[in-house]
Amino acid sequence: METLGLLGDGMLIALQPINLLLIVIGVTVGLFIGAMPGLGSVNGVAILLPITFLVPPTGAIIFLAAIYYGAMYGGAISSITLGIPGASTAVATTFDGRPLAMQGRASLALVTAAIASFIGGTVANIIFTGFAPLLAGVALSFGPPEIFALMLLAFATFVGLGSDDIPKTIFSICFGLVLGAIGFDQISGAPRLVLFDITGFLQGIGFLVLAIGVYGLGEMIWTIEQTRGDVENTTPRMTAKGMAQDTAESLRRGWRGTTIGSLIGFFVGILPAAGATPASLMSYGVTKMISRRPQDFGRGSVDGVAAPEAANNSASTGSMLPMLTLGIPGSPTTAILLGGMVIWGLTPGPRLFVDQTEFVWGLIGSFYISNVAALIINLAFIPVFIWMLRMPFTILAPVIFVLSIIGGYAATRDMFDIWMILIFGIGAFVLRRMDYPLAPAVLAIVLGPIAEPTLRQSLLLSGGDPMIFLNRPIAAPITIIAISLILLPLVKVFRKKKPA
Amino acid sequence: MRYGEILTAGVLALFSIYLMWKSTELPIGFIEGRGPGGGAWPFWLSAIMLLSCIMVMVRWWRGTSPAAQSDEPFLDGYGWRTLALVGGGLLGFVALIDILSMYGAIAVFLIYYLRFLGRHSWALTLVFAVVAPIALFFFFEGAMRITMPSGWSFTDPVFDILYDIIY
Repeated sequence: METLGLLGDGMLIALQPINLLLIVIGVTVGLFIGAMPGLGSVNGVAILLPITFLVPPTGAIIFLAAIYYGAMYGGAISSITLGIPGASTAVATTFDGRPLAMQGRASLALVTAAIASFIGGTVANIIFTGFAPLLAGVALSFGPPEIFALMLLAFATFVGLGSDDIPKTIFSICFGLVLGAIGFDQISGAPRLVLFDITGFLQGIGFLVLAIGVYGLGEMIWTIEQTRGDVENTTPRMTAKGMAQDTAESLRRGWRGTTIGSLIGFFVGILPAAGATPASLMSYGVTKMISRRPQDFGRGSVDGVAAPEAANNSASTGSMLPMLTLGIPGSPTTAILLGGMVIWGLTPGPRLFVDQTEFVWGLIGSFYISNVAALIINLAFIPVFIWMLRMPFTILAPVIFVLSIIGGYAATRDMFDIWMILIFGIGAFVLRRMDYPLAPAVLAIVLGPIAEPTLRQSLLLSGGDPMIFLNRPIAAPITIIAISLILLPLVKVFRKKKPA
Repeated sequence: MRYGEILTAGVLALFSIYLMWKSTELPIGFIEGRGPGGGAWPFWLSAIMLLSCIMVMVRWWRGTSPAAQSDEPFLDGYGWRTLALVGGGLLGFVALIDILSMYGAIAVFLIYYLRFLGRHSWALTLVFAVVAPIALFFFFEGAMRITMPSGWSFTDPVFDILYDIIY
């Protein structure tokens, strides 16, 4: 009861006119920043951090959290409408969101993303409110072996994500992981994999470079080639009735993905160093695995949009938990929020809930209000996003190419990356023609920098004995499930007989 | 597709071997007290890539993969033309960024694509080619404070005018 009272007080703080205004502005700004390829919640929060010194700390964190929420909603927009994941958290949304848009069901995909995000965020808020200190302790029990086991599980779900061609899927995963290893060895600091001795590789290859190359250029050239340049425009005009029907359909066809995404998202989100990307991917993989119609995934499944969207929003709330209770940021965005809190004179940690009650509960209250505001604002803008899709493809295609190049440059401000985007784009087109799934490579490049150090730390702990992943109570079951998921399809490959 | 499959797998196998060799510039074994060497992770991943390529080749040889049974060419005339026109256009776009600035290159690319590939009217083409770079300029340079390449010095007068507006 005490918690509910504190939450009520927090909501009243969040509903104060100045805070409410900050929420609406923050969500709207975040929505558009998140929708822009190359820009994500990190950019929005980092750029607008100095502005927050004009308002009290509670208003400041509410504003930044609202941007974070808005950007999480916004990431789905470019994934669905343009087919370019604006941020790594929205990669999995592209798998089914884009096919739905190509079938003229962009409104259904966008409504599903909005509703799943709302439900995911709300479920996470409720768990956060009730169990924050308890869950912080659980998160701390995840050491390097447990995190690596979790990453292995994420890679295992990639195998299920790919086409029937398992060797090509495994190639794609490893290729993404190797690309993520280019630059400097994280532990020794020595240059590593400086390909063909080109110094540009010293800075590594960012996720966005590969994602924009694959989806922004490669996929677009492939679409033009496959459709002979005659992409049919099947997107209907948006009406209130149509949107209501889409809402009902998304709830009916996407409840399973939403439920799984909400729960997995939160629990993966609270783990330090994990975050929303593995959460959205794992939710997608698990939803596909237990679905009665797994063959629909990748072709426009509503569950396939709902699961990653519920998960990334749920995880974004979850990642606030270690930040507030332990002072450990769960994602790059929360790292900036943490920095802001320190500047405002607040010390994150267990004492924060005792010493800064108004701040903490005001923030938690604002999560609920931001979530509602994000849903309303997102739904209100859906007709605008749909309008974009009604453009003839010969206009939309160059617009996507331009956004890909300028967005790619904005992320790192390095021309080397633009050339790499071009190379990846052409390479992706060729590999797509040869049925190599590329989504696993894009996801692997994100998870590689988490997986490698945790593997090395684990082996260092065990003196090189890989059994460390099988003799720890949390890591063991996760590892066994992951290995089974990888081995079962491989056995099928070898047992497949030559057709008569 | 039949020969494309084996050719692609062969090229990727060679690339995997190159990555394995490149990984050995750092230790790939277990170092006592320091754990796996810096080259171990990419080395073993590249080895798995190579194994995957060999599996693709074996399946091709046994004729069990769809591509191995396909008589469809890797790319027909239209495909090669698309790759040349769209890919070439993108190559030109990127090459022009350092000369004409990001926004100048965008304008040229939009004219090329909309007018010559899309066959839209000059009026629509010019509206897009002028409005899009200006809108992007104000978004990136004005709102987001992200500076894009400004090209050779002959573009300076245009940028001076635009920067006067935002600062």
